[in-house]
Amino acid sequence: MDAKSIQQSSTILRHSKSNRIKIKPFSKSTFVLRITLAIMAILTVLSFATINFQTIDFWAGLVDTVTNFQTMFTTPQLNHFSFWEGFYAVLITMGLAFLTTLFGAALGLLFGLLSAENLSNKRVSNVIKGSVAFIRAVPTVLWVLIFAVAAGLGSVAAVIGMTFHSAGYLIKAYSESFEELDEGVIEALRASGASWWQIVVQAVIPSSLSYLVSWTFMRFEINFSVAVAMGAAAGAGGIGYNMFMASSFYFDLNEIGAITYYILTFAVLLEVIAIRFKTNISGH
Amino acid sequence: MQFDIFKKKRLSSLLMLAILAAFTYGAMIITQYDVIKGFSSIPKSIHWGLSSFYPTAASLDNLPSILIQLGRTVLTSVAATTVAAVFALFFSLFGSKVTKVNNFLSVLSRGTATVFRNIDVAAWALILLFSFGQSALTGYFALFFVSFGFLTRAFIETLDEVGGHSIEALRATGASYPSIIIQAILPSSTPQMMSWILFMVEMNIRSATLVGILTGTGIGFVFDLYYKSLDYNTASLVVITIVIVILILEYLSNYVRRVVL
Repeated sequence: MDAKSIQQSSTILRHSKSNRIKIKPFSKSTFVLRITLAIMAILTVLSFATINFQTIDFWAGLVDTVTNFQTMFTTPQLNHFSFWEGFYAVLITMGLAFLTTLFGAALGLLFGLLSAENLSNKRVSNVIKGSVAFIRAVPTVLWVLIFAVAAGLGSVAAVIGMTFHSAGYLIKAYSESFEELDEGVIEALRASGASWWQIVVQAVIPSSLSYLVSWTFMRFEINFSVAVAMGAAAGAGGIGYNMFMASSFYFDLNEIGAITYYILTFAVLLEVIAIRFKTNISGH
Repeated sequence: MQFDIFKKKRLSSLLMLAILAAFTYGAMIITQYDVIKGFSSIPKSIHWGLSSFYPTAASLDNLPSILIQLGRTVLTSVAATTVAAVFALFFSLFGSKVTKVNNFLSVLSRGTATVFRNIDVAAWALILLFSFGQSALTGYFALFFVSFGFLTRAFIETLDEVGGHSIEALRATGASYPSIIIQAILPSSTPQMMSWILFMVEMNIRSATLVGILTGTGIGFVFDLYYKSLDYNTASLVVITIVIVILILEYLSNYVRRVVL
């Protein structure tokens, strides 16, 4: 060991005042981590300090919530629609989620290919990535409400608005999985005279298929819950609308309980199907 | 025979396409989605957006009040995430395969997380409206419950990935459960957890808009107010401020992730 490295190791093994060896050296990453945690803690305290507690009794509300949960989950009851009407409403929500995911996946595939840096040129890729970042920054409900002005409230505005956001999400996810493809594969195919479409269909899509499927299913699950929300907030119909009516017009906790069971059942079902599908794809 | 393989492949992809088309047709009938109207509404919306959905000088007068509400919404989202993260940390320690205390607690905390995660944030908001009314706490708790469910699942996955060998090694040296958690598990999983927390903050600000529309609080309420009174100029200003905040946040969290991970 030469003098320089001895000097270096002695700077790393700093001693604290109580003469104990500091095991964890100070680094940029721990510094940033601590600063982030500190900022979040400060913001949390600030947030609780600024919430107006005067109009509400916090503890009474908390006790209320627990009793409400008890009413909801132990005595679910349908009062304003029948079991099958409720089932049909969930199917509508499912249909909205399905259409949105399908359109989003189609757009995602096309623009994902165009924005993957290894399959497209830099300028096109940057333009698409920039606009996608903007599209994703606008919350879905705002897209739906914006489209609702021109198309009227209903399934058209809901599907188009939700498609915007899903497409933005899937374009990013797809292009990232396309970019993971080994550069050598594309180069070899290009050298053998394959056209752009042949490269995409024969090499790029098959090798990233399992990623594509799992991202698409993940988005389907998100879209289902978004579709519930859009029914409630933007009049898109489906089970979300029933829930909004039960909560804001009928004040019917038992019905909300029943609707929650509907949503939970379908959400869990969707998760199970997604897991089965994913293992099927990756098994082949 | 090679020829048959190609034929079979083509047949199976045709079958997949047919199933997909059938599902699409069914979904369109159920939701009463009009394809032609769908396509024609896009240019119509763009035309409308360019002709009336932009901030004017008059709408800028409302900017201070919008910014105050936006600031409150951001604070609520951060607070919901941090408190949820603390709870999620304990639940994930009990729930993870590598750090669980016993099987009963593990199944219990995983189950709790699944229920909280799968009830949508809009549903939570509507449920909590009953007990907390039209106040900031409704939105706060709705965001908190969903964040809690999501973060518990994410943390459990992180712990499962990180744990394993280091726990086995420490256990062999005779280290106690708390010292294993504090000395080995937490330091090695903090960066990954931080990344999830930042992701959750971003997601919460987006959901906060939706929750605000439903419960009448925060930036969502402000947007709804201007939107429903047909003041589209100010409504567009609200959208622009939200977009700016989310883009800034995305930039900051990407920076933290790059340094920390």
